[in-house]
Amino acid sequence: MTWRGGRAWRGAAALLLAACARPAADDRVTLRFWAFGREGEVVQELVPEFERRNPGVRVRVQQIPWSAAHEKLLTAHVGGSTPDAAQLGNTWVPELHALGALEPLGARAAASSAPPAAFFPGIWETNVVDGEVYGVPWYVDTRVLFYRTDLLAAAGYATMPTTWAGWREAMRAVKGRMTPGQYPILLPTNEWPQPVILGLQTGAPILRDGGRYGGFRDPRFRQAFDFYVGLFRDSLAPALSASEISNRYQEFARGNVAMMITGPWEIGEFSRRLPPELQDRWMTAPLPGPEGPGVSMAGGSSVVVFRSSPHKELAWKLVEFLAEPAQQLRFYQLTGNLPARRDAWQDTSLARDAHLRAFRAQLDRVRPLPKVPEWEQIATKVFEYGERAVRGRATVDQALAALDRDVDRLLEKRRWLLARGALGTRPAAAGEAR
Amino acid sequence: MGTVANTGTAETATPPPVVATPPGRARADRAATRAAVLFLAPALLLIGLFFFLPVAAALVLSLTDFDLYAVGDLENTRWVGLRNYAQLLQTPLFWGALRNTFYFALVGGPLSIAASLGAALLLDSKLVRFKGFFRTVYFAPFVTTLVAVAIVWRYLYHARYGLINWMLAKASIPPIDWLGDPDWAMPAIILMAVWKNFGYNMLIFIAGLQSIPRELYEAAEIDGASWWRRFWHVTLPMLGPTLLFVGVITMIGYFQLFAEPYVMTQGGPLRSTTSVVLLMYEEGFRWWRMGYAAAVAFVLFVVILAATLLQYRVQRERDAR
Repeated sequence: MTWRGGRAWRGAAALLLAACARPAADDRVTLRFWAFGREGEVVQELVPEFERRNPGVRVRVQQIPWSAAHEKLLTAHVGGSTPDAAQLGNTWVPELHALGALEPLGARAAASSAPPAAFFPGIWETNVVDGEVYGVPWYVDTRVLFYRTDLLAAAGYATMPTTWAGWREAMRAVKGRMTPGQYPILLPTNEWPQPVILGLQTGAPILRDGGRYGGFRDPRFRQAFDFYVGLFRDSLAPALSASEISNRYQEFARGNVAMMITGPWEIGEFSRRLPPELQDRWMTAPLPGPEGPGVSMAGGSSVVVFRSSPHKELAWKLVEFLAEPAQQLRFYQLTGNLPARRDAWQDTSLARDAHLRAFRAQLDRVRPLPKVPEWEQIATKVFEYGERAVRGRATVDQALAALDRDVDRLLEKRRWLLARGALGTRPAAAGEAR
Repeated sequence: MGTVANTGTAETATPPPVVATPPGRARADRAATRAAVLFLAPALLLIGLFFFLPVAAALVLSLTDFDLYAVGDLENTRWVGLRNYAQLLQTPLFWGALRNTFYFALVGGPLSIAASLGAALLLDSKLVRFKGFFRTVYFAPFVTTLVAVAIVWRYLYHARYGLINWMLAKASIPPIDWLGDPDWAMPAIILMAVWKNFGYNMLIFIAGLQSIPRELYEAAEIDGASWWRRFWHVTLPMLGPTLLFVGVITMIGYFQLFAEPYVMTQGGPLRSTTSVVLLMYEEGFRWWRMGYAAAVAFVLFVVILAATLLQYRVQRERDAR
């Protein structure tokens, strides 16, 4: 019995070995590419063209859900099983760079068909860490205002104001025509982009001293934070977290909220989920700023090449391919993700879409978020203390002082590493000169 | 009730009397010991490899600041001694999480046991028909996926469209923002958790109830004991061992609160539903501060150990009386 079992095992092992050996026997090169969520699904429709142009190359796309992406990347790095190239949320670039996982791409990019100047500068900047380029923008994500044109018009506003003061006036006017359970703007209390963007708008450094300490008590951030909390204080926004709003499209359609700050994917969602009679009653607008048109954050995804890849040149070719205007457009048509390349926006399908105009205008005014690996954690702290202030559990000054204290503690390790010279020493704060 | 067999409790067997070994049998004993060790070896090896080794590794980890930077380069790890623990005890968030966990365990645990016992008594009653059906129905929530349950409950709890607030409105009670109000979020989670989990303990209680000899009830009835006195003086004491088992298992489970807030509230609003395990998960797997997360795990371990010992102590004192 045991003997026969042993033979069965050996047989299975031999089969397994053969299965592992087969790709090597094939003389085609296999490029492994990871992409997340819907993007991972759609990019499979782009790769056949790349394979056609590069005979002998096969691209194996692995689709990973967004919720698992971050953990998967880190474990893959630890386990030495990173792919050749991958999509990367651009706030993750500094983090993977800190791990030493990314291949520098600056020299390749400068000499290619995807030079830095072809992209929106604020978006390109998100890929630059310690003076070197580690990714090429794939698509952009920034936040603008989505609003109900009919509700604004009824309150006497044909267009969205461009200053904070005007914006707040418009909200007051809209509020005047609403019932007590309705609010001019929806700012979910567990989302950090809204308070952070307002901070970027006042020119607050967010982090100070090269990303060594929190800069939230800076008067500029305080001004933004106070404006944010004030919207709740004056009942212009409801103190609700995103998980309490079961269906934000329904609330928008019912006129329970008239505005929200959100990203490009909502254009598709709004077209699908809002009832037909509402389709010509919503519009997008660039974000107002303290003194005039305001900045927004530079989000989106980049494509990176991993340092451990044995096929770096080929992987770079794939990056370059995905950055081509034609591929960027095709990707936009398949996903609704906005092209990161400026020349792709000249295409009529983008230029004609009224809802995209605000995004096009906003993209000229975007700022990167602080480029420290701890950013996600810091961002979570921002909304947590924002929520405390919004719900009246802390004053604005108490919340900001506590926020700085927590963030300083989070950055302790980074300060130690910088002092040891274990990290690049160039300042990494947001709002740095481009 | 000293006559009742004390199955599965703290009551450990009294140690065998130590007898002086006659010199001639020493070698035979050594051989026996060797055989015993040999037989135990596979089990010990497995426990050592998969339990004690990881625990020891985690303890070492909790004394370092192993984090994301250390993943990149092991040089970036510092030996920090007890600093993780010191920092933990200075963090309001940790105390908040500990308070939330105790709140959940001390309110939800007894509530859950009471609900299970109530349901078990109902199903054990001679008056109830379709017992199999009800047992299945009450047990169903326990085997349903938590995520599916949580989505349904989120709708039930919805401040504007939820069924619960609708029913409250019928009774002219103003709506409650169940998951949005920091004071109501934990009760809401407890309610859902109790509903979800009581079926399992109910089955154990039914088994316990069925093993109580009917003669005891008959005797009590002949003596003219009311239902309540029969419950208090026959059922509860006879259920003692079962109660302890259920109590310990439920408490350990409830101290490990994680999935309910993770799915329902992500620990909010205002961190009012962040439990110790959720905090540990966030620190460890979301932010990769493994050293710090390991320290959280050890503090939780100590808390659970203390609570378990306390329960044993209470039970033993009751048995001694």
